[in-house]
Amino acid sequence: MENKNSFSMTVLSKSVNESFVRSVVSAFALGLDPTVEEISDIKTAVSEAVTNCIVHAYKDTIGKIYISCEIKDNVLSVKIRDRGVGIENIEQAMEPLFTTSDDERAGLGFAVMESFMDSIKVRSAVGKGTTVLLKKHISVRYANKKQR
Amino acid sequence: MAVEISARGEVLTAVLIGEIDHHSAFYIRKEIDSAIELNMPSLLILDFERVTFMDSSGIGLVMGRYKTIAKRCGEVHVVGAKPQIYKVMKLSGLERLVRLEKCS
Repeated sequence: MENKNSFSMTVLSKSVNESFVRSVVSAFALGLDPTVEEISDIKTAVSEAVTNCIVHAYKDTIGKIYISCEIKDNVLSVKIRDRGVGIENIEQAMEPLFTTSDDERAGLGFAVMESFMDSIKVRSAVGKGTTVLLKKHISVRYANKKQR
Repeated sequence: MAVEISARGEVLTAVLIGEIDHHSAFYIRKEIDSAIELNMPSLLILDFERVTFMDSSGIGLVMGRYKTIAKRCGEVHVVGAKPQIYKVMKLSGLERLVRLEKCS
């Protein structure tokens, strides 16, 4: 039987929601029986994506962050979308250590997402917003196989 | 998130407790910076053993404190980093600036 599940939610771009969103997404991912390391990877990547929305997309304002998650077979997909300022140059934004923020940001958000997830896609339009799509394959372990 | 700070001579130790993200880093930074101001340490020890989660905001936090301490020719040591935290730190190349010790 195909293993498929999904959920979506919307939160305000308040920094207190960083921990809320990463907790919800990682709880959802538990359905795939991930390892401790896989869960930490997902948590960290999601935290970076949500922080980007708060720090950059809605820099001086509060807006909505749209999160949708899907589990299909053994792949977790997380889409994080905002209607904020958008990214002018995606390639440059994704370079490690590049940051437009002066608020002690390391400029490593995208680098973390890239290295902790299997794939990342970024779409953005200036003045319209940004969508980040993260995917991670969760290895099938014995207990998980047996259940299906 | 909480931070317990103690000073002994020229050594300032900050024990970080809980989750470090952009939200909590703001508070931790303020606490540590006022202790640095007050104690002028030559060695700052950042103890991560009780940190349960950290994203790249933690890197910004360490780098920022390193800049302050390095100006006075001091050193920063990071101790007790658990695997998830160590992984984020390694990615940033932080070990070129500060001494990095994994959780034993």
